[in-house]
Order: sequence, then C-alpha cells, then structure tokens
Amino acid sequence: MEKISAFKNYIEMEEVLEKYKTTKLEDVKIWFKAAPINAFPKDGGACVKYKNLQIAVFNFKRLNRWYACQNLSPEKQEMVLSRGMIGDHNGISKVACPLHKKTFSLENGENLNGDLDPIAIYPVKIENDYVYIGFAE
Amino acid sequence: MKNIIVVGNGMVGYKFCEKFVAKEESKHFKVTVFGEEPRPAYDRVHLSEFFENQDAKALEMAPAEWYAENNVDLIVGERVSDIDRKNKTITTAKDREFSYDYLVLATGSSAFVPPIKGVEKEGVFVYRTIEDLEGMLAYAAKLKEKNPNAKAAVLGGGLLGLEAGKAVMDMGLEPHIVEFAPKLMPRQLDSRSSQVLQLKLESIGLNIHLSKATNQILGDTCITGMEFGEDDVLDVDMLVVSAGIRPRDELAKSCGLDIGVRGGIVVDNKMNTSDENIYAIGEIALYNQMIYGLVAPGYDMADIAVEQIIGNTEILMPADIDMSTKLKLIGVDVASFGEPFMPAAKGHSIIFENKTQHLYKRINVSLDGKSLLGGILVGDASDYSMLHQIFLNGMKIPEDPSQLILPASDGGAAFGDVMDLPDEAQICSCESVTKGQICGAIESGEATDIAGVVSCTKAGTGCGGCKPMIADLTNATLKSLGIEVKEGVCEHFDLSRQDLYKIIQVKEYATFDEVLDNHGNGGHGCELCKPLVASLMASINADTANKEYAIQDSNDRFLANIQRNGTYSVVPRIPGGEITPDKLIALGEIAKKYDLYTKVTGGVRIDLFGATLNQLPLIWKELIAYGFESGHAYGKSLRTVKTCVGSTWCRYGMDESISFGIELENRYRGIRAPHKIKGGVSGCIRECAEARGKDFGLIAVEGGWNLYVGGNGGATPRHAELLAEQIDNETVIKYLDRYLMFYMRTAKPLQRTAAWQDRLEGGMDFLKEVIIDDKLGIVEDLENEMETLVNKFECEWTQAVNDPEMMKRFNHFVNSEEDDDNLVFVPMRDQKMPEQWKK
Ligand SMILES: Cc1cc2nc3c(=O)[nH]c(=O)nc-3n(C[C@H](O)[C@H](O)[C@H](O)COP(=O)(O)OP(=O)(O)OC[C@H]3O[C@@H](n4cnc5c(N)ncnc54)[C@H](O)[C@@H]3O)c2cc1C
Ligand code: SF4
Ligand code: SF4
Ligand code: FES
Repeated sequence: MEKISAFKNYIEMEEVLEKYKTTKLEDVKIWFKAAPINAFPKDGGACVKYKNLQIAVFNFKRLNRWYACQNLSPEKQEMVLSRGMIGDHNGISKVACPLHKKTFSLENGENLNGDLDPIAIYPVKIENDYVYIGFAE
Repeated sequence: MKNIIVVGNGMVGYKFCEKFVAKEESKHFKVTVFGEEPRPAYDRVHLSEFFENQDAKALEMAPAEWYAENNVDLIVGERVSDIDRKNKTITTAKDREFSYDYLVLATGSSAFVPPIKGVEKEGVFVYRTIEDLEGMLAYAAKLKEKNPNAKAAVLGGGLLGLEAGKAVMDMGLEPHIVEFAPKLMPRQLDSRSSQVLQLKLESIGLNIHLSKATNQILGDTCITGMEFGEDDVLDVDMLVVSAGIRPRDELAKSCGLDIGVRGGIVVDNKMNTSDENIYAIGEIALYNQMIYGLVAPGYDMADIAVEQIIGNTEILMPADIDMSTKLKLIGVDVASFGEPFMPAAKGHSIIFENKTQHLYKRINVSLDGKSLLGGILVGDASDYSMLHQIFLNGMKIPEDPSQLILPASDGGAAFGDVMDLPDEAQICSCESVTKGQICGAIESGEATDIAGVVSCTKAGTGCGGCKPMIADLTNATLKSLGIEVKEGVCEHFDLSRQDLYKIIQVKEYATFDEVLDNHGNGGHGCELCKPLVASLMASINADTANKEYAIQDSNDRFLANIQRNGTYSVVPRIPGGEITPDKLIALGEIAKKYDLYTKVTGGVRIDLFGATLNQLPLIWKELIAYGFESGHAYGKSLRTVKTCVGSTWCRYGMDESISFGIELENRYRGIRAPHKIKGGVSGCIRECAEARGKDFGLIAVEGGWNLYVGGNGGATPRHAELLAEQIDNETVIKYLDRYLMFYMRTAKPLQRTAAWQDRLEGGMDFLKEVIIDDKLGIVEDLENEMETLVNKFECEWTQAVNDPEMMKRFNHFVNSEEDDDNLVFVPMRDQKMPEQWKK
C-alpha cells in the first residue's frame, strides 16, 4: 500500500472548500497568468493550478466569453467541474458536473437544478492570447 | 350483508370479482372466492409466456393484496368438495363449511385426456396450469441431458395443440404434432388454408402427422413412443395431450344441477343454473348447448352474473357469441372470424392463395355482396382487426369486396380507416370497450396517449389482440384534436431525436454549432443536447468521440468512465470474453504498475479502477502495445457480447457461440447508439450466456440460431423477444444490422432497446414486418448505413495516444504536470478504493 501514501496532500474537505471564495473584479489583487488560450477547448473547460487551488476555466466560444470557477464539486467534493459540459439555461451560462449532472451558473455560482451551496467564481481576462485569472490573494 | 361464494379462481372467477367490486352495490355483499390451484388467478391465455421467463407473478391477474384491498376473501389451495343446496352451504376439501346466499360456479375446464392405453405413463403431460408447465420443463431438461436429440409429440392439432407444439420446440425438443382429423385446426380452418398453415409450420421445423388415431402409448414406466397402427409407430420421449377440454362439472353433478349430455352446467341467458341462487360462468357454463373455450365470452358471462345479482335483471347474455380467433403462435399468422366455412347457398367466397409465400386469405360475402359474413387468414393476419370489425358491426363493404384482401394496387388504402367505425363498435372484446369509449377518453382529456387509454379503459389488457387498433384510434383521435405530441429533446431544440437524426443525415452537418444555429431555439446548448448531437453524428458519420470532444458526454470526452472520486476506470475490449494467458498477464502487469484496483465486470471483462486523468494515456499506450483496444465501456455503444463456450467445449453446445460472439462484438464495436447495447450468445437453450437478458441475444437451436431482441437487466429487467428463428449466421447479421440501425434511427435519447421496443407502435409484429418483410422499404438503407459504420471503425484510444494534440486533453492541469492533489485512497482487501464521500 505504499503508493497510496503518494497522494499525501490530504487536507480536511471542509478546509478545502473554505479556500474557494468568489472574487469580485474590484477585489482582484493578483492576475495570475494561467495558460495560452489554445490550451482550452472551444466551448469547453480545463483546470488551472494556482497555489493550492484548482480552478476550472471555460472558453465559452459561442458567447466569446471566459469563465472561471472552483474545480471542486460542492456536492461530492471531487475535483471535476472543469471536465463538465457547458451550455446555457434560459440564457444563463452554466456548467454541469460530470458526476451527477448538477448544474451551476457561471455568472454567479448558483446551483440551478438543486439547492447546493453556490460555487466560487473568479474573474478572467485575456491579454496577448494568454488567460489570466483574478485572485484577491 | 349477503354472502356470495365464488367457486374457482380462474380468469373468469377473477373477472367476476373485479367487475363486482367495481359496483356501488357491492358494499352490501361479502365475496369469498375459493381456488383449488396454489396461487391466485393468472392469465391462462398467455400461459406459454411462462416458458420464456418462468415468472408466475407476471401472469397474475391481480396480486393477492388486491383481493384484500377490495374486501374479497381469497382462499387458494382449497377445493370446494360439496354443495348443500337445501341449507345453502358449501364444504371444502379441508372440511370447512361456509354458507352462501348466491353461489357462482366458475370451475372452468380441465384438459381432456382420451382413454388411450398407457396414457398414465411418465412423460405424458397436459397443458393447462403453471404446474403442468413446470413439470414439462423439468422433464424436458432431464431428457435433454440424456439425449440432446430428444423428441416430443403433441396430441391434437388444434389451436392449443399448435401452441403446445411451439412450446416443446422452444424447449429444444424435436416437435411432432399428431392430429386425428385430416387437417390442422379443423374447427377454424378449411382444407386449403389448413394446408397452407401446414406448409408454413413444417418450414419452421414442426413435424406434422395427420389422420392418426393413437392406439397406445408405448414404454415401460416412461413413454417411448406412440402406436397408431400395427406397423405405424412414432418414437417420442414426451407427449403433451391437447385433445380438447372437459368442463369441471363434478360438483354440480353431485348436487343435482342440470348438466348437458357431454358435460357442462346448463345456464340460461341470466347465467342462472337450474337453481336460481346458483350461477355458472366461464368454461364451465353450457350456454346455447355450447362450451365457449375462449375468455371473451367468459368475461361477458361474468358481467351478466354481476348485473343479475345486484338486481339489474334486464341485462342478459346475447344469443350470438363471437367465436373469432387469432392464433398467437409466434411466427405464424392465423385468424378466422365469423363463419369461416360457409355453404355456397349463403354467399360467395373470395379466395386469395399463394403457396410459395404461405399465404391464404378467404372472405365470405353475402349473396347481395353487401356484407361480410366471415373469413380465414393464414400467413398474414394484419387485416384481421379491420375485417373483424367490419364483420361485427355489419359495416358496408366495397363494391369489389376483393379489395378487402388483395394488396392495394395504387397504394391508396381508401378502405378500412379505423375512424369510420361506428362509436358502438366493440374494439376490445375481452373488456367490452367500444370505439366511443376509447376516443372519449382522449377527447375528455383523461388520457393523452396509448398507455393512458389502456389504463383508464382497460382495453387491451385481455388477450391483447386489439392493441394495434387501440393505437390507431388513439393516434387518429389525437390528430383530429390537433394535438401534436411534442418531443423536443431539451430547451434548445423542439425537435425529437428522430427528427434531429434525419436532419443531420440529410444536411450532412459535421459540427454541433451548425445544428444549433440552423435548428435550435437560439440558446447555446446544454448537457442534454450536446452529447445527443455528438452521438447522432457518430451514428451517422462513424465519427469517434475524439472529433469534437467538448460536446461529448464527460465519459466520452476522456474515453473512460469517471468514478466516484473523479478518477477513471479502464476497460479494454475482450471480445466474447476470450483472452489468451499472455494478454491476461499483460493486464495484470499494467494494473500492478499503475496500482489499479482490478475486478472482473458483469460483462465478462476486466476493469481497472483508480486511474488518474494523467495516467489514462500512459496506461492505454501500454495496453495498445499488447494488442488491446478500447472497450467503449464509457460510451453509449456496444459493450460486450457475452458468450458461453458453446460447441467448442460444452458437451451440450449446438453451435460455436464463442466464435460468433466474437464476430458480432467486433462488428458492432464502437458504434454509437441512443444507449448502451449488450449482446449475448448461448450455444444451446440452457442459456448460460443469459442472452435473453441482453439487447440482442442468440441461442443456438436445431437448424440455426434463434434471434431475440430488446432485453435488458437494469432497473426494469425485461427478457428479449424472439425476432426470428432457426436462421444462419449470415441472416443473423443481416437482421441485426437492420434492427440496430432502425433502433439507432428512431429511439428517444437514452432509451434502451427494451423501452424503445415496448413503445414501438404495432409492437413485435410491426418490428418483424420492418426487419424481416421490409414493410417500410428501408432495409437496404439500414444495411448500407451499418456497413459503412462497420467499415469505418477506428479505435479511438489508438487515435488519441498517437496524436500529441489529443494527448493534451488528459492533463489534469493545463499549467502543470502534476496530478490531482485532492485524491485520497484507502486500503481494502489487498487493493485500494476511494475514500468514502462525506455525508
Ligand atoms: C395454453 C392456453 C392458451 C389459451 N389461449 C387462449 C386464447 O388465445 N384466447 C382465448 O380466448 N382463450 C384461450 N385459452 C382459453 C382460456 O384460458 C379459457 O377460456 C379461460 O381460462 C377460462 O376461464 P375460467 O375461469 O372459466 O376457467 P379456468 O381458467 O380453468 O379457471 C377455473 C379455476 O377453477 C378451479 N377449480 C375448479 N374446480 C374447483 C373447485 N371445486 N374448487 C375450487 N376451485 C376449483 C380450477 O383449478 C381453476 O383454477 C387458452 C387456454 C390455454 C390452456
Ligand atoms: S448454453 Fe452454452 S455452456 Fe450452457 S449448456 Fe448450452 S452450450 Fe453449454
Ligand atoms: S448498480 Fe448502481 S452502484 Fe452498481 S455500478 Fe451500477 S450504477 Fe453503480
Ligand atoms: S380484445 Fe382481448 S384485450 Fe382487447
């Protein structure tokens, strides 16, 4: 069983969840240069590592918009949201969790088909074909 | 409070209870039912289905709780042994006494066993109860163990005998039908139609012996043969006697009720026996000097008895009783209605016969040419419902009556629209439901679809023969109300899956955006329509899931099944479950190297769990090097074709189930469908591969394969149904190509074949017409489309690992080589598992 301990960065889940806080554009102190835009699939997402955070970033090509949110599913606390499918519900951009298809607004993090806690949302900007995510710290 | 005692809990005895408790007046009565059989009433008409699933519960008319809920005392396993008419009491075989105000005798009939010498020998059965069938199954299994070529005969070539013949054939015994008369179904068919039927039955493997009087049953303790004349002997190992029925009138006899010369309790048109407090209904009642061996008249009798007892004494049994029948023998259409054989003095007959196609149609028309008097259909009974209705309702017939049976030359089937029927037309004779009631249920809004009509009118819940008409009426009524059933797949498309399929095929769209922009509602898609369009484009263009990966369902996007902690499982294809030791070792080595949890799956292959996204391509690279390919366990596509070892190893095997299973798995691998598809191939009827629990299943029988379709396990298990029998490998592939493609074209999103087939209007008959008879004229297209998909197959994992661009998809982070640092595994039985979710 030695290999199991390789995944040693084990932190209590509640603690993990607390690390993710919605960041407003006006509160951004750090613009983190994540990756070139072509690292993200068109109308899909990928995951960015920032310090000990996992951030899901979506390239909503049809709207020409970018979104970022926590990668952590608030339902099952697994790092999966970036692998979810995006789309819209009545015009609100959303992502569906690949585990049980819970959907979350990418505008404000709200759970659109249930009453789970909202997910944390982060501002995104594009400069010189690079994706930047805004953090308060 | 008055007491009603019902003796006999068969189909009719039950129907009496059901109709009685539905009456307001029933609260003044207490109903007690006695049944001699060990279980509550079941659907004897569909008894043969017991062979398919051995599920007695599925045949129940109502569960035991129903009786309690409706204040009916049900006492099963207790025979009524005596009636004391003076004191109005009955006594049971357990010596219990009950008193009655009204007694209803519904004791039915038993199978008639002619007094042939030796008929008591082991291996001689009748075909009437579930216990009879259980006995036959056990005996047949024993026989087959000793001798795979065992033979069984059925004594009697009537309606029931032929059904029994089919049953023994399905049990894997060589079937023989022995009939005393010079033709089959002597009561329903004329000589010519009988010959056509005989040819057809012989072509599917039934051996038919006509004009045979059996002198004795040979054998010591067990039957070994039947002797007809001195040198005329048929060797058989089992015999099913189906020589008619005998009313169970022993009780009535012993208490002095009037009995007919050949048995049966004499009743009048109130269903009253010679004792005014005693009624008799069903297959025991002798009405108009006849025992009616069908359920529909029995149900009518139950109805009359109910009305009489609650005081509606003016409601009487009609003098004319419709004896029309449609034989429900699988694979052969036979029907007769009205007066099948008509003396020339009464009218003219129009006969259409085509022996090469095993087709015979006859209608009898009145001398003035205005009304239909009866007819016979063999080989194609699709016109039966309509002809039967025209006959029953005395509807006008076309000037040239031959139009009724001849194939329409200009395609203008102007005659016989269901909506032309009068409102009083009885559509369902089992439940006495009229056209007016069916259409009314929809017009009033009570029902909005076929299932709704069935549940609120009960039409179609008896023999089921009226279902196609119910479907036609429902659809026509909905249409006349201007109701269009909207089947949009989600908020982004008002189109159904079937519509989208056609559009994408015709317009040759290649991307999701094209479809959405041209046919969507203006939104941006979602988790419902994106994977659907992806799957359709894959079904049509043979695209792999690598094509436009962002619209693929998450599992397809990463070509693996996501597990509870966000890791993935890896399932290489092991066609037919056959694997060499070397490949098995390779799997073990790879699993060990990446520390994967290993398990044999329910579909006989090996699943490696706990791979991280980053590990997936590395693992697959190694697997591919060892000659493995994607198992598509993540896709809505073919999973496995489970096989038994068949004639390659098994001593019972009748064909090479492994070889054929591998061929089929390799043929359909990778093809995207509305839902997952599983197959099974068994080498004989012992069915070790559980093929009938699969979307398609094959069982080797004498002379080929039986092909079953539409089965599944899952939340609502269902056995697959027989599509074709005794067909060779090539025909299996042909039919399967057509079947799967037809399913892929027309099913709803995420609809398994079972649910699709259940909701297919026209049911199995329609499916056979489409797949086998090419009623829609599409089989060539279906085959070509499938052939294209088969030829274009490419392993998507091989594609992915050979393309550095594609490989990028499998990085957990876009900006780091690291793996997910959130994963936690805990040890379990020498392997690992994900840590449990917190509640
Ligand atoms: C294989 C098969 C296929 C058939 N197919 C068709 C078809 O396609 N169409 C059609 O219309 N008809 C068909 N029939 C006929 C149909 O099943 C009968 O007409 C119907 O079951 C008659 O119902 P019943 O209640 O009168 O008699 P039954 O169903 O025989 O019920 C009588 C019950 O009473 C019980 N009983 C008898 N005596 C006593 C007693 N003294 N005390 C307590 N209980 C007693 C018996 O055990 C039995 O359970 C078929 C029959 C068989 C066997
Ligand atoms: S189903 Fe297959 S394994 Fe089972 S007994 Fe028949 S041939 Fe043998
Ligand atoms: S049965 Fe349920 S728990 Fe088991 S694998 Fe299937 S979905 Fe999962
Ligand atoms: S006619 Fe038998 S169920 Fe309707």
